[in-house]
Amino acid sequence: MDMNVKKKKLGLKEKYAHMTRGLDWQTTYQPMEKVFPQATFEGIKIHDWDKWEDPFRLTMDAYWKYQAEKERKLYAVLDAFAQNNGHLGITDARYLNAVKLFLTGISPLEYVAHRGFAAAGRNFPGVGPRVACLMQSVDEIRHAQTQIHAISNYNKHYDGFHDFKHMLERVWYLSVPKSFFDDAFSAGPFEWMIAIGFSFEYVLTNLLFVPFMSGAAYNGDMATVTFGFSAQSDEARHMTLGLECIKFMLEQDPDNLPIVQKWIDKWAWRGIRVLSLVGMMMDYMLPKRVMSWKEAWEIYFEQNGGALFADLARYGIKVPDCLTQCSEDKEHISHQTWATFYQYGGAAAFHTWMPNDEEMDWLSAKYPNTFDKYYRDRFTHWRDEAEKGNRFYTNTLPMLCQVCQIPMLFTEPGDPTKICYRESEYEGEKYHTCSDGCKHIFDDEPEKYSQAWLPVHQIYQGNCFPEGTDPTAEGFDPLAAVLDWYHFNNGHDNLDFEGSRDQANFAAWRGMATKNT
Amino acid sequence: MAVQALKDYKFPPADSQDKFHGGQLLYVGWDDHLMFCAPFAYCLPPSMPFSELCEKFMPHSFGYHPDWKSVDFSKVTWLKSGQPWQPDMSKTLAEQGLKHKDMLRFQTPGLKGINGSCS
Repeated sequence: MDMNVKKKKLGLKEKYAHMTRGLDWQTTYQPMEKVFPQATFEGIKIHDWDKWEDPFRLTMDAYWKYQAEKERKLYAVLDAFAQNNGHLGITDARYLNAVKLFLTGISPLEYVAHRGFAAAGRNFPGVGPRVACLMQSVDEIRHAQTQIHAISNYNKHYDGFHDFKHMLERVWYLSVPKSFFDDAFSAGPFEWMIAIGFSFEYVLTNLLFVPFMSGAAYNGDMATVTFGFSAQSDEARHMTLGLECIKFMLEQDPDNLPIVQKWIDKWAWRGIRVLSLVGMMMDYMLPKRVMSWKEAWEIYFEQNGGALFADLARYGIKVPDCLTQCSEDKEHISHQTWATFYQYGGAAAFHTWMPNDEEMDWLSAKYPNTFDKYYRDRFTHWRDEAEKGNRFYTNTLPMLCQVCQIPMLFTEPGDPTKICYRESEYEGEKYHTCSDGCKHIFDDEPEKYSQAWLPVHQIYQGNCFPEGTDPTAEGFDPLAAVLDWYHFNNGHDNLDFEGSRDQANFAAWRGMATKNT
Repeated sequence: MAVQALKDYKFPPADSQDKFHGGQLLYVGWDDHLMFCAPFAYCLPPSMPFSELCEKFMPHSFGYHPDWKSVDFSKVTWLKSGQPWQPDMSKTLAEQGLKHKDMLRFQTPGLKGINGSCS
């Protein structure tokens, strides 16, 4: 008699094991260490790759299913946003400049993260991290694409959105995030995981994502908010991967501890320097503020990060040395960074402006110890001068930090009236850094940072003009040539918001929606 | 400590003086005047007299500041790499030992920026 045998279905755990383990093999034509040369040179010792635990247990088929659902929703919202002229619903056209900063400074890095995690997945011999890195790699390229699509709608209407990829590789302030990722990508796979997987995705990610996404929500940018929701579940997975990776390294061998600690110290500082850009975005670029940079820092770094490091203390991990400096810096960096962009606003692909009285009062209230004492007079002076037709634009290139590549704008610990200068020498050349943190990183690997592509020095070397430019020709205008090489529309993408085409267009288009003339 | 690398890790520095078409880099910062967010970077011929820096380049860069018109170069004090240093206006950069990527700070006693805020 024929029996009707029920088709056996795998349980989740079995399915997970089948789809993520035993997928590779021991090589015979080449020794394993030649197939995985990057697994050992950093000095990290791994004895048993099978000890890697995947907190999410996500399989590829489930991954595709979830992501496809999320993206269907995302693109439906983006379509609706475009069709309903959603761009006219934002608080104020000044807000768009935060989106420009995001598109030029962050979206291309999602793509670099995609490449970096793909490389890490290739270079780790253990199957657990290989699978996890693969999924994160796919996440990152999706994020790059969905961000570009979400923001592309603005490119139809406003300046500065047109050539983010080209700009990333050339523009002076974009060299800050670019060099951060290049530094991580040119290290080995373990350092990459601490740099991006742990320090950036775990310790600092909330400071990056929450301000931009909440900022978008507060300012009526539904396209960017929807992207943020879509990415959120991925980000949770990335954070967990970063944490799992660090615990795995520390549990495998006690010799790994000093190496991991060194990387945490380095990458916390590198990441914090990059976040200066987010600080100014929160305090100055959002017409409707979410919270101050200082408050965000206290919640997401001091409190959340504090709990994390308390958890890691059992492995012997200590809080990064830079933390004392950071609790002082949180009162200053957003003002110092915005002051920098304001005065170099002729060479930025977004608009800058001085805060109005109400905004200055908000800053005074949020920064009672510092804003009035150190910054208000400066900003009021600039505003008064601009009103007299004498808007301040610095006409000389700034000195840059050799490591973080930010202009040397940060002040001395304990004295916010003095620039912080640090100097090192390596093989007869001088190198300047902005802080003890950056100097320490330089001194540890001078042969790496002595190759840094510093935009200011590159301009002086003549490497940043369009092909065929003759810098010796009469009437040569170096700034115009550099902006041309950056692909900036000089006079439209840059300069003050007041008087900009964005300001005029937004007012006119919104006026058409609300007025009869 | 050296870079951990798979192979020999040896690269020329990106900013050696030979790449600057005969010029040398010199950085100049004005203490207590943070209206200029960072020190300035100049690329100058080593044969240029120091006076030209003070009379031509610095006024161009710093002249926007209301304090600039009160700067008296005979009273200015200088630091090179943080150490007291005395320039000779008539000598060239090279003659007074200014090297590629040297860092100068100048202090203008009595001038403390906008409303004394070091701005």
